[in-house]
Amino acid sequence: MSAARVVVTGLGAVSPLGLSAEETWAGLCAGRCGIRRITAFDPTGFPCELGGEVPAYRIQDRVPRTFRKAVKLMCRDIELAVMAAGEALAASGLITKGIDPEKVNVDPTRMAINVGAGIICCELSELAPATAISTTDGQFDLRKWGKDGLDLVTPLWLLKYLPNMLACHIGIIHDIQGPSNTITCGEASAQLAIGEAAQVIARGDADVAVAGAAEAKVNQLVMMRQHLLRRAVSTRDGAPETLCRPFDADACGSIFGEGAGMVVLESLDHARARNARILAEVAGVGYSHSMCPGYERLEPGGRSIQIAVQKAIDDAEIKAADLDLVIPHGTAVPEDDRAEAQGLEAALGPAAGQVPVWPTKSMLSTTGAASGALDVVAAVRAMVDGVIPAARNFDKPAEGCRLNVVTERREGPVRHALCCSYTFGGQTAALVLKALEEDEAK
Amino acid sequence: MRTPRTRERVVITGLGIVCPLDHDVEAFWRSLLSGRSGINRTTIFDSSTFPTTFDAEVKDYNLRARLRRPELHEGSSRGSGFAVGAAVQACRQAGIDVETEEPADGIDRTRMGIYLGAGEGALDHDTFFACILAGWDPQQQTMAWAKSTPLAFARMKASYELEQEPNMAAAHVAMLTGARGPSRSCLTACAASTQAVGEAMMLIRRGEADVMIAGGAHSMIHPLGVTGFSRLTALSRRNDSPTTASRPFCASRDGFVLGEGAATLILESLTSARKRGVPILAEVAGYGSSSDAFRVTDMHDEGRGPVQAMRAALADAGLTYRDIDYINTHGTSTQENDSIETLAIKTVFQERARQVPASSIKSMLGHLIGAAGAAELVTCVLAIRDNTVPATINLHDPDPKLDLDYVPNTPRRMPVNIVMKESFGFGGQNNVVIVKRYEGTP
Repeated sequence: MSAARVVVTGLGAVSPLGLSAEETWAGLCAGRCGIRRITAFDPTGFPCELGGEVPAYRIQDRVPRTFRKAVKLMCRDIELAVMAAGEALAASGLITKGIDPEKVNVDPTRMAINVGAGIICCELSELAPATAISTTDGQFDLRKWGKDGLDLVTPLWLLKYLPNMLACHIGIIHDIQGPSNTITCGEASAQLAIGEAAQVIARGDADVAVAGAAEAKVNQLVMMRQHLLRRAVSTRDGAPETLCRPFDADACGSIFGEGAGMVVLESLDHARARNARILAEVAGVGYSHSMCPGYERLEPGGRSIQIAVQKAIDDAEIKAADLDLVIPHGTAVPEDDRAEAQGLEAALGPAAGQVPVWPTKSMLSTTGAASGALDVVAAVRAMVDGVIPAARNFDKPAEGCRLNVVTERREGPVRHALCCSYTFGGQTAALVLKALEEDEAK
Repeated sequence: MRTPRTRERVVITGLGIVCPLDHDVEAFWRSLLSGRSGINRTTIFDSSTFPTTFDAEVKDYNLRARLRRPELHEGSSRGSGFAVGAAVQACRQAGIDVETEEPADGIDRTRMGIYLGAGEGALDHDTFFACILAGWDPQQQTMAWAKSTPLAFARMKASYELEQEPNMAAAHVAMLTGARGPSRSCLTACAASTQAVGEAMMLIRRGEADVMIAGGAHSMIHPLGVTGFSRLTALSRRNDSPTTASRPFCASRDGFVLGEGAATLILESLTSARKRGVPILAEVAGYGSSSDAFRVTDMHDEGRGPVQAMRAALADAGLTYRDIDYINTHGTSTQENDSIETLAIKTVFQERARQVPASSIKSMLGHLIGAAGAAELVTCVLAIRDNTVPATINLHDPDPKLDLDYVPNTPRRMPVNIVMKESFGFGGQNNVVIVKRYEGTP
């Protein structure tokens, strides 16, 4: 049995730096920071009032005309996912039913979708009228809710918040009829989803896949969770754009945001047959699990990162020294960064001090499930453009961090790039992307 | 990605279940064959004023008694607790050491992984509703967030919030077993754990793991879960007769019965199982996945997606519809599912459609949502072992339009060598797994 080679032919992104992959990449190259005071809700009373919010958009303008009514059923996570997927497919040159129903040039039964999603918190205001009539002496009364409140909840309420609805809406818009999965592994979701989608193609179950993730973490309860888990920046001192500092000596936690990243994956043969522009190859995948009894941190020493990265490098049949770029998870939570750095150093061995490491969350914020997808989009752009932008907010390495975090923009070929991610709970993923040689890409 | 030279055969070497019928595989199977219903009045919360006042609950479950180190799993959500209990049973049967730093079972932990179709944990409802009430201005119909923030910070507990994340069930199973290989959770609604088993098989086939702990865990029996399904009019409202409420394929069916639980299957490469000398219970022969790409709210009216998934699973297994001895249906007891599933079976099985027994154990177990497929796959393995298929109970009033052999009311002894398990999720994700008797040297 021979497995198909899998390549990337389209990118899409929605992030605090812009509403497209192009804007996001331009922002990253300019070292811009997308972190501001939260506007989605009044953050007064939070230890940190900052978040990474996506610029304003009108979702009705970003879905096919025939789908405009369905936006009522989209929570924000779904909207972000739909926008990024639409961009990625359009960029790939594939024409789906959602792009132009008259000119479809891809077999919908041979298309797969695999989307990472977070736990979606519903809008509290949506349930408020129902809650308000379900009280006795000012306290919530479940019996009244069952009798009266429940009927005020909009009938399709649940469908707005099921995590699989991201993939479902994209699949309906673009008529994706092949394998569909929704990975719900916190901040590792995107790279697990992209890795699995690549394997769906490699084993022959699809020719094309839309893969990535989306999450809107700028929600009161979701943000609160990050504070309670002591992951979020809790200081008000300092300019907003300087507070998220991955691997830096003054790192003091992460800042949370929202976004979506999607890639179009395709078998090399399928991409070649339609003369598609090939951006990179998914050359290696590696997975592991972190064992931390508290569950909310990466294990000290970062062994799961070490295992996943080694597996991905082996799978790509390269050596650590062949890597030209590493985009780490780098949340700027000091314990987590330390453990990740140790895991990466162990996996990269003697190359650890040389391979350029470029964390992105200082600019993009931690966008939950989406973060690993935005990193893959950024890595592919770095390969296509032959550019590694400078890391932001990295002035002095955190104690014990021997990684070669890039402090200045570099230009030159990026032949192999590694992205890795982990999450609370422990799931860990790594991907190796490879640039195709000029003659291979044809 | 590296191409494996040979495709590993994947076998099942352990089973575990925690469900409304029992917390032990053999007792569960005896209950199924005796046609007992696990459905009764809701006790988890006061549902007395809700449109539906009954469900299928896991009762008298004591996880602590099953563990040497229960402190690692204290505070876990209901679903995660069920997952740990099911994993303990499955590992014991497969000879896998749990709760030890030094396993002596001969399995490399970096080659042992986890794949669960697992749901989110229940919200902290009291705090959730109290926060809404604190911030809601009924005159303005707006939420004043700053008023609810202090209350939320005072009442939300970090560990409880973390345990709601859908990847936490797998995190607990990892901590239990030390599994450090590929680790993933998916949440494709009601099809999630069938998908988890299918994708776990693919990871072993590709050579990424020797052993996978696969299955699902879920509990949506909480006020907002029941609210969501009630508003979708998906739940049976036969409050005067809970034990006969789940009646798949019956003319008077009026919705599904919400259940909860977990089930796990130990999947193992044939090479590993032989090397360890463990009994082989069955073989996972094929897996197929598809999406309806139709509507968020309804199944495709011709069952296009289910048909594609069934055919894909048959092709993957190298079988045809003539080879299947028994179909374990999705059979939810909703008007729509049971009609369309019947139609899809007719399309795939053609002249054999009425000859192949096709039963639904949801008639006894209720619908375990994310965990349903795994519980039903456990059933399929037992059906093969004992050459007996469980009945669809409560089928006294057949729907004249539904004319397959649903094994009404009485289990049937018959040769069972190859079984098809199908699961369909809200939003149109369809997953089918084929399990067959293991033929070959142990």
